[in-house]
Amino acid sequence: MRLVNRQVGRGGRVLLGAAPILLLLLVYIVMAASRHAVNPADKILPLPGAMAESMSALLFVPDQLTGQLVFWADTLASLQRLGIGLGISTLMALVVGLSLGALPPVRATFGPLVTGIAVIPPIALLPILFIALGLGETAKVALIVIGIAPVMIRDIAAHVAALPREQIIKAQTLGASSWQVMIRVALPQAMPRLLQAIRLSLGPAWVFLISAEAIASDVGLGYRIFLVRRYLSMDVILPYVAWIALLAILMDVALTFLSHRLFPWAHGESH
Amino acid sequence: MSTLLSFRDVWVEYGDRIIIEKLDLDIEEGSFVSIVGPSGAGKSSFLRLILGQEGPSRGQILMDGTPLTPECGPDRGVVFQRYSVFPHLSALRNTILGMECEKAPLMGRLFGSAKRAAEAEATEMLSAVGLGHSLDLYPAQMSGGMQQRLAIAQALVKRPRVLLLDEPFGALDPGIRADMHALIRRLWRDYSLTIVMVTHDIREAFSLGTRVLALDKRRHDPHAPHRFGATAVYDLPLRKRVDETPEENAAELDNITIDVNRNN
Repeated sequence: MRLVNRQVGRGGRVLLGAAPILLLLLVYIVMAASRHAVNPADKILPLPGAMAESMSALLFVPDQLTGQLVFWADTLASLQRLGIGLGISTLMALVVGLSLGALPPVRATFGPLVTGIAVIPPIALLPILFIALGLGETAKVALIVIGIAPVMIRDIAAHVAALPREQIIKAQTLGASSWQVMIRVALPQAMPRLLQAIRLSLGPAWVFLISAEAIASDVGLGYRIFLVRRYLSMDVILPYVAWIALLAILMDVALTFLSHRLFPWAHGESH
Repeated sequence: MSTLLSFRDVWVEYGDRIIIEKLDLDIEEGSFVSIVGPSGAGKSSFLRLILGQEGPSRGQILMDGTPLTPECGPDRGVVFQRYSVFPHLSALRNTILGMECEKAPLMGRLFGSAKRAAEAEATEMLSAVGLGHSLDLYPAQMSGGMQQRLAIAQALVKRPRVLLLDEPFGALDPGIRADMHALIRRLWRDYSLTIVMVTHDIREAFSLGTRVLALDKRRHDPHAPHRFGATAVYDLPLRKRVDETPEENAAELDNITIDVNRNN
């Protein structure tokens, strides 16, 4: 049987999907063990035991200075920044993207501006943000928004502009005004695309969050990673990276689930 | 019967390309006009003119004696070959959309008793096109024929002055197409509609229409084919069939056959 025709069942998919991950973990443990056999004080590839030990201190023991549980404080701070950044970007994508896509005069006026902002590398704006907005939360959230909002806006605008012309005409023959075309025809059809855009923006959003935290912060997942880097604390860095990956996957799965649940018509669920 | 639409020396030009030239015709209220013609002969442009999607470059189009605004409005319903229904709404919601737009300018939605009244009217119309049992299906769950039935119901619920059909049955297979012909003929009679239908199918044009218009270029310049536009080269009024039903038609044909046999 040709490989292109070979379908994998549900159980087989779990097994096959887990195999490379487990293999990678195994390779890591073998390498770490061999390094530790030579030098028991090796810090570059810590063993799982060492990771668990240093993580439990961050997870369960309050910090002497602030009295907070460091790991949870970091997670909360980062998720809050990410959430606000994503929320503002989503709202902007919806309002601006919808207007750009549905209303030709708005597109003619603001299209070039949005394109212009979208091509600026956001990290290059970080110094400006820090100078203009200070080193607080605002600058970090602003970096995320500047980083992902233009891409999301352009995506939504393009999607709305690509709606079949027939639909827009049909809506008008049913008596719809521009506003009604926007809220009854364009908006609902843009929603699944919006969730998709959020999913695709999650990766860049994390990049901008970690960058902003690495440069100026006193709490956050990115801040912690860059802080302990000074002590070569791979036993903290690796679990933190794994945690960030887990959070990102959970958000992705949640958004996919939400899209299928809220907009079944957009996922080809027929007969 | 009174004149519903009149074209007075209408031209459609894009730059130096002439699509329609010197079109003069009247469309009677209650008629079923089929438009045929080769590709690129301005059939779609003609439909877009009536629809208001574009205005004429020269000349005038009058509806009930007043010039037509070059913008689509609820007095003209339309069914396209595809994309006429909204994929994010169920059949029922697709059909009440027209009523919601009219009665709720800000929200675009109806609530309470107004919503129930609209739903009742929409359900009646959906039953009339044979979708009475598919109120909650989304277009993606429907066959091509059902989607076209929905598109017709959606347009008719607004009681348009004229219903425009742009190759509405072109994408359907022959069996379904025959059902749709019977449906549109029945709706045209029951709701006293005025229908303008563009089609590629000559048979369909003659079997459904009370009048067949053939659009084509009257003159052809081989060196500059774009400099001559299309106009109505044939305008064939067919016999009035307002009171006839397809069944009676069939009976008539049977009689003729029997007569021939008897003569033999």
